[in-house]
Amino acid sequence: MLSILTFLPLLGAIIVLLAPSDSLKKGLAFGATVVTFVVSLLLLPGWQEIPDMQFVERYAWMPDLNIYYHLGVDGISLWLVLLTTLLMPIAVAFSNQHVKQNIGGYLALMLLMETAVLGVFLALDLVLFYVFWEFSLIPMAFLIGKWGSENRIYAAIKFFLYTLAGSALMLVAILALYFQAGTFNLLELQSAGLPPGIQQLAFLAFALAFAIKVPLFPFHTWLPDAHVEAPTAGSVILAGVLLKLGTYGFLRFALPLFPAAVANYSSLISVLAIVGILYGALVALAQRDLKSLVAYSSVAHMGFVVLGIFALNEQAISGAVLQMVSHGLSTGALFLMVGMLYERRHTRLMKDYGGLWASVPIFSFFFLVVVMSSAGLPGLNGFVGEFTILLGTYASSPIFAVLGAAGVILAAWYLLHAFRQVAQGALTNPANFKENLPDLNWKEIGQLVPIVLLFFAIGLAPNFFLDKINPSVAALEVVQSPAVGDEWLVDSSFQPLHDFDNNPLTTIH
Amino acid sequence: MLELAWLILVFPALGALVNLFVGDKLGERGIHLAASFAVVLSFVVSLGLFFGLSGLDAHHRTVTVHLWDWITIGSFSAPAALLIDPLSVTMALIVTGVGALIHIYAGGYMHGEQNYQRFFVYLNFFILAMLVLILSNNFVGMFVGWEGVGLASYLLIGFYFDRQDESYGHYADAGKKAFLVNRIGDFGMMLAVFLIWTGVGSVVFEEVFAGAGALTTGAATAICLLLLLAATGKSAQLPLFVWLPDAMAGPTPVSALIHAATMVTAGIYMIARTHVLWELAPAAGSLAAWVGGLTALLAASIALTQVDLKKILAYSTISQLGFMMLGVGVGAYAFAIFHLVTHAFFKALLFLAAGNVMHGLPDGELDIRKMGNLRAKMPTTYILFLIGASALAGLPLLSGFFSKDGILLHVANHNILLYLIGLFTALLTAFYSFRAVFMAFWGEARDQHIHEHAHESPAIMTRPLWVLAALAVVGGVLNLPFWLMMEHYLEPAVGAPAFHASVPMELVLLVVSALVAIAGVGLAYGRYVKGPATGAGRFSTGITKLLSPLEPIARNKWYVDEIYAAWIVNPLLELAKWFSQVVDQGVVDGAVNLVGQANLAVGGALRKVHNGLVPTYALSLFFGVVAILLWLVIGG
Repeated sequence: MLSILTFLPLLGAIIVLLAPSDSLKKGLAFGATVVTFVVSLLLLPGWQEIPDMQFVERYAWMPDLNIYYHLGVDGISLWLVLLTTLLMPIAVAFSNQHVKQNIGGYLALMLLMETAVLGVFLALDLVLFYVFWEFSLIPMAFLIGKWGSENRIYAAIKFFLYTLAGSALMLVAILALYFQAGTFNLLELQSAGLPPGIQQLAFLAFALAFAIKVPLFPFHTWLPDAHVEAPTAGSVILAGVLLKLGTYGFLRFALPLFPAAVANYSSLISVLAIVGILYGALVALAQRDLKSLVAYSSVAHMGFVVLGIFALNEQAISGAVLQMVSHGLSTGALFLMVGMLYERRHTRLMKDYGGLWASVPIFSFFFLVVVMSSAGLPGLNGFVGEFTILLGTYASSPIFAVLGAAGVILAAWYLLHAFRQVAQGALTNPANFKENLPDLNWKEIGQLVPIVLLFFAIGLAPNFFLDKINPSVAALEVVQSPAVGDEWLVDSSFQPLHDFDNNPLTTIH
Repeated sequence: MLELAWLILVFPALGALVNLFVGDKLGERGIHLAASFAVVLSFVVSLGLFFGLSGLDAHHRTVTVHLWDWITIGSFSAPAALLIDPLSVTMALIVTGVGALIHIYAGGYMHGEQNYQRFFVYLNFFILAMLVLILSNNFVGMFVGWEGVGLASYLLIGFYFDRQDESYGHYADAGKKAFLVNRIGDFGMMLAVFLIWTGVGSVVFEEVFAGAGALTTGAATAICLLLLLAATGKSAQLPLFVWLPDAMAGPTPVSALIHAATMVTAGIYMIARTHVLWELAPAAGSLAAWVGGLTALLAASIALTQVDLKKILAYSTISQLGFMMLGVGVGAYAFAIFHLVTHAFFKALLFLAAGNVMHGLPDGELDIRKMGNLRAKMPTTYILFLIGASALAGLPLLSGFFSKDGILLHVANHNILLYLIGLFTALLTAFYSFRAVFMAFWGEARDQHIHEHAHESPAIMTRPLWVLAALAVVGGVLNLPFWLMMEHYLEPAVGAPAFHASVPMELVLLVVSALVAIAGVGLAYGRYVKGPATGAGRFSTGITKLLSPLEPIARNKWYVDEIYAAWIVNPLLELAKWFSQVVDQGVVDGAVNLVGQANLAVGGALRKVHNGLVPTYALSLFFGVVAILLWLVIGG
């Protein structure tokens, strides 16, 4: 099942390359991503709300070296897999509409990337993981380098080298773990219990790779360059999925394998996350290019995810997992909408827009919903993750939560600023007039509607998602229950007046 | 009946969805009908809840209607559930009742407006969010409504998103300002919830209040101070009141419904709701009282100097919210809610009457200096405005008289200085209310062009106002002194007041309040009707001129906006620019590129190593592996 899921896109890529005509390539690529999505949905009916890996597959790959082809999915990876398989058909549909040059190669690269990303989320063997991890770089670097804007070569090389350099040390650390424990199997390594000395060094090596990917301040500068230059679908996948590889890595590898090191470094990483939240938000506020504003907003938003992970309690980590999905949807949608504007007007500068609500109301309505989702409006997706992250963070370290919550104010500032510049104000530039600027067509609406429906689903019924996430998070070794009832807060001698067990309050179910 | 409480949310939600998706096919009448009908139905449900609750024994009037489990992670749980009790039902009646009247009125006011459909979608959405705010049984659910009404407010303030004028600047910026200032308050709300959960282990009101006794005084005070920050945002108190005057950029029905009668009272509601916590933190309560008293005074002083009719009313709203804050601060929760209710009647009435004035004058003129003698042209609106102003001024026996006096009575018991501030503010209130009445409706017409074109509004815009006018007159019977019907009704939700006034004290203060109100009206009459030619005119002008040294500073709104711009907003924007251009491009990214270039240089030097001979590579690989093994042996 998981193998089919992982390699369906690869199969699709081969078929797309062989297909004779562009329109056939487009149809096949879209079909491949849709089929992959449907297959991924099949994970849900048989899902058990337990902490263990499910749908596990394990075959010998290089048995002499104890390397296995080993896949599995649990509550931490489930929704990230579904996020990937959902965003792909949307990104492909957008590309089918707008990419003109060498569409076959473009779509094949997108499909290759899907296989690589799914492989990262599903691999349980460190070598297999590393192969998929590095492999995910190549299609994206080519997408940026070949289909990007003016400065694409610089951005592609920077993206490629920066993230490659980050993972080099991780490879060394993986080998070190092997020499120590004699296995690449993640689950065995977890139970092996590594010596603290190795944990410290190996953690730093893994953390560097993940921090660059997230990206955590100050390793973030490749991101705005890559986003601004990348084609729209590339940005959607980059922000929507690829950044999650970093936070997923922290959760899947760094936390379970190196608990002793995590305890040492959690404060340092939380501080970097908070700097990212506040600094990223302020830099976003100063942008004039809409796409780089969204890129910096990712730095801030991913900072929340990292903050949640390193708060090391159930509420914050489950919130962080959900926030990864939420951010993927919100920011994916933001890049998609910026792309829709760009294809019409060929500018990303906010000053070239203004008053679009009068000329393109459907676009503006969707833009408003997406902006509000990104700003963490309660009732939509972003709030649930952000709130539970900060709640958990508060329980483990109040000052971090206070600073993080200040980032929520700043998020509203730059997002409303963007909405104000683009959709509100007077409609003065003739290029934006109704007759020159067509509103969203049905295809574009079709790309946005699934995402927007999920905004509401996650915002209003988050437990559908959390019920599957929670067991796996609660089983993490580093997770502590938050200290409810601090001495400063409560007087332990207190007896509540109301006896809830014997005298329940009136409740109607 | 009570188990059907969720219907109260369904109707406005449906109204908003219907108008959003098929409104363009319904036409103005259809849109208006759908939106108004939705709110009327919600009002019917509210009535049902009221009677359903009244059927229960007074001690069992707290019913939770569980809808679904919303957010559950480990020991944290926030349900989607409604709390039906006297407080939430009172609020629901006001929101849906006044809301329905304003929906009906808005059908006339917004007639012919380009974005008619959008307007009613927003308005229904507001009702939905407000009901979520007041009916949720836990802090997180309340927060959903809390930010939801903020979104509605943002959208409606910026409804004319392409307009710009001297009075409000860019209308879209006014909306943005409201949202952002409120986010500062929301920051306090979030932290308060975190503190409550870590302290008590729950966010459900009843569980929190049952366990709140365990909180130390320090913790309870911290929680209440954070809640106070939240309330100063939503209820436009010092220091976060600055968004409300700008919010008048929105269409007038919005000013009446959201920025006078309902949304801005959310902070007051929230404090009354959490009164158990406030009773544990008397210091926070005192601070709330001072915040309320000073806000009331400051805003009233600004209202004296304004010439835009809606801005007078806006500052008056801030001032009246200050009275309510003063009430909850001294523990007079029932009277604060009572004043909230009467204020909803008379202030909605005043705004809608102002809307009629605006509607009936060319170019929507609002400058009272250009009006005068409008009672000749719009007699109905004049009577309506006069009733509203009289209730606001606290003229004896009108609704505002009893509710304001109730608050002052409790304040007098708490702190005499605050009582005097309140009383002086009441004097200013009576004065500025009738300054508006006399300048707009009495005397000579000061601008002939405007006066000639002035006309009365259609029936749809006057009839709903008569309902409000009637309530503004007789609303006082809800909680007459000594009978205190509302206080008893609210007791299960907000507790019994700690203090009961003696009969003589009650009577003396009633008389003092009445005299102050009459004095205020009299001074306005002398100054604006009689004029300097008469003795009475000279007398009242002389008295009121005593305050004239403060006039320039009050006219400039005590420079609060300017201070915030100079000390907070602009420095942050400068910092953002510096981060972006210097730190990010220069330092952080510069370092990255420097590493890249250094690598190129080193790579050039090392090029000799890459000689293309396989044995060399094999050798270096071997050395590499040996190095790693060595490190493991020694290091491990």
